[in-house]
Amino acid sequence: MRPANLRRPGTQVRRARRVCAATVAVLLTVAATACGPEGRTLNVFAAASLTEPFGELERTFEQRHSDVDVRLNLAGSSTLGSQIAEGAPADVFASANESVMADVAADMAGEPASFATNRLTIAVPRGNPAGVEGFGDLADGGVTVVVCQPQVPCGAAARRLAELTGTTLRPASEEQDVKDVLNKIVTGEADAGLVYTTDVRAAGGKVEEVPVPEASRAVNRYPIAVSARAAEPELAAEFRDLVRGEEGRRVLKKAGFGAP
Amino acid sequence: MASRVVPLGFGSRRTRGRNPGLPWVLWIPACLALALVVLPVVGLLVRTDYTRLPQLLTSDAALSALRLSLVTALLSTIVCVVLGVPLAVVLARARGRGVRLVRAVVLLPLVLPPVVGGLALLFLLGRNGFLGYLLDVVAGVSVPFTTTAVVIAQTFVAMPFLVVSLEGALRGGGQRYELVAATLGARPWTVFRRVTVPLLLPALGSGVVLSFARALGEFGATITFAGSLEGVTRTLPLEVYAQAQADVDSAVALALLLIVVAVVVIAVARPKAFDR
Repeated sequence: MRPANLRRPGTQVRRARRVCAATVAVLLTVAATACGPEGRTLNVFAAASLTEPFGELERTFEQRHSDVDVRLNLAGSSTLGSQIAEGAPADVFASANESVMADVAADMAGEPASFATNRLTIAVPRGNPAGVEGFGDLADGGVTVVVCQPQVPCGAAARRLAELTGTTLRPASEEQDVKDVLNKIVTGEADAGLVYTTDVRAAGGKVEEVPVPEASRAVNRYPIAVSARAAEPELAAEFRDLVRGEEGRRVLKKAGFGAP
Repeated sequence: MASRVVPLGFGSRRTRGRNPGLPWVLWIPACLALALVVLPVVGLLVRTDYTRLPQLLTSDAALSALRLSLVTALLSTIVCVVLGVPLAVVLARARGRGVRLVRAVVLLPLVLPPVVGGLALLFLLGRNGFLGYLLDVVAGVSVPFTTTAVVIAQTFVAMPFLVVSLEGALRGGGQRYELVAATLGARPWTVFRRVTVPLLLPALGSGVVLSFARALGEFGATITFAGSLEGVTRTLPLEVYAQAQADVDSAVALALLLIVVAVVVIAVARPKAFDR
């Protein structure tokens, strides 16, 4: 005779079946809603430091083209560069320095155009608990300093600035992009961080700035280019022109970026 | 461990010779599942720049990341055992309404995205977290950005693996031997030492391997809670991520190293996994 549990599904089996059926139902519903009417999309890969101005330009662009969905991919420029080199579907790429753009030159259509400049500054938590007064204080072992890793533009600029001033930085951590550095200051985990002046402005009153006069000698130029694989090159070029045009200039200036 | 508990009738001499046969439909999803695991590794192998491999793997950054990874994963595995074994025993043996709730809480790191775990640790042990603030003021100790933070993050994500495998073994094994030992006059500590722990050893082995492997691969909680600095907090996975931004070949080489380490760990600690 067969054991009892082979004859009739037990309660456990029945329960498992019910869970499976429910899961499948949920998945089907999700899949159905995800496959809505097809719209046009424009994938814009932009340096993390461009988060605020590009968010505003995204809205402007979508207002002008009601059928287009602009998708921003914001990360460290080098991360974006590797993604593009590996075939990520970028239509437009805006990098925080020229060397990352040069690395992906083969994937871009035409010459990249410079659209903004930015410079480093020291961000400290409100009240400046470690009493940082200038770039030289960052060499002090008692100050917890956070910078970008040298592979990303803000880290490359930090290294350049350290060399220019003859300062030996002793960072507690090297972060993946400039917004990670800023977050460490906003949450008060670090005493000082090297970020762009625009990031201090974007953080509102959550961090304070200790100006670095020497930073004017290590300025980052931001290039933008249309990808050679852009699905709709005209649309991508239009976004680039928006960034480089009057509206882009205004938004970038408001965020604290310098003229190209 | 679970395979020890064989239902009556199955696996007996009568049925062992006859193979009930596999339904052929299982082969299709099974092959797909296997491809999903194997093909990405093949992709990695194809992509590897073998001429530069020795040079990439012996760079200072790679070696210090490997050393840091092995040391921290070992330390966190030890912490997992020291704290996790008692927790598993308590969860499996203690009675009361609260135990079910505690069991669910212990499993939290399994389902939580590691980044969230890292943030949670930061809000507890960071400078402005309540415990971190206390440590800073009372003892002058700051946890984030230290190797200790890496070990804590790894322990946080790896411990549930150990606890789950041990607890499963404890529940499956039942309490018969412990009861017998107790009726023969053994005190609770003696029962734990002489009966419970020896019975647990096989499950402990697989639990240790699982949690070591998980600690070795830890990324999200570490980068969020401990930051990323060569030699201090930048473990192998973090180094892979850092390199992926600039030198993909180097990232691939390091990833390969991580795979080799993982395979070696499994081979050394669980040779049975390759037998059957």
